[in-house]
Amino acid sequence: MQPSEISGIIKARFAKAQDSAAGDIIVPGEILLDVARYLRNPPLAFDNLHCITAIDRKDKVELVYTLYSICGHHGLTLRVYLTQGDLNVDSLSEIWKSADWLEREVYDLFGIIFKGHPDLRRILNPYDWKGHPLRKDYSSPAIVAKPKL
Amino acid sequence: MAVIEKIPAANLIAKIPGGGIFLTTSESVLKWGKASSLWPLTFGLACCAIEMIATGAAEFDIDRFGAGVFRASPRQCDVLIVAGTICNKMGDCIRRLYAQMPEPKYVIAMGNCAISGGIFYYDTYSVVKGVGSLGIEVDVFIPGCPPRPENLLFGLMKLQEKIRNEKNAAK
Repeated sequence: MQPSEISGIIKARFAKAQDSAAGDIIVPGEILLDVARYLRNPPLAFDNLHCITAIDRKDKVELVYTLYSICGHHGLTLRVYLTQGDLNVDSLSEIWKSADWLEREVYDLFGIIFKGHPDLRRILNPYDWKGHPLRKDYSSPAIVAKPKL
Repeated sequence: MAVIEKIPAANLIAKIPGGGIFLTTSESVLKWGKASSLWPLTFGLACCAIEMIATGAAEFDIDRFGAGVFRASPRQCDVLIVAGTICNKMGDCIRRLYAQMPEPKYVIAMGNCAISGGIFYYDTYSVVKGVGSLGIEVDVFIPGCPPRPENLLFGLMKLQEKIRNEKNAAK
């Protein structure tokens, strides 16, 4: 299935879904769970959630979901924009099992709260770690800034 | 050449001319034994560990120096080869492993990461800046990224030299 076909199917089903400049689909956080349920089942049948990551854009945080359909050989990148003050989004761990650890990683490094996650604790950093290191505003006395040459 | 002259600690041993007897001190024999049977811990952290594994294999054969008996338990080890990048989380683990090793014990910091943090020194939140900053005293530093097996063998020979020249070997 071609990316334009996939985006057409999603936009026909969800009016709030948009195309991004890079050819990805942007959905608002409040319909993410519905969109994910729809994507999981036929006709699109995305049975594999590869990766969840986030990008701190300072004014907003971008969540990126990389999906793949093993049976249909097609892929999709889904983006959700979150505002800095309200980093909450629904957990997809009920829909894709792989989301469990991937969401823990994003929580650990970016501090995004996944509502409905069965076990939302740190996965890479020690449990007593303070802060979320991949946020732009993160600072720690252990970090030595590289001198400008 | 007589057999006795081939051994590394030959200068510590005096042979009685014409006889099958040689004289030495118990301390010299102890040092010789310690230096020739350094058992490292089976413990690798990053790409340096791959070089350490190569050093243990047939091509470079660390067994020639008596240090090929990699033990799976720190309680049976003499030397801790810190081979690779140390994360904050792994730092506690290294401290615990080192504490479990019986005296006398030695530490080799293999590679730039284990010496100072290496390429991860600047702008990282998760990497420890060398074994020294964990409060573990290092005997031999081997620079390189990663060091070649020959470098590790050279470091090992330096450690053996250090052991043979110890002032108080029986401590």
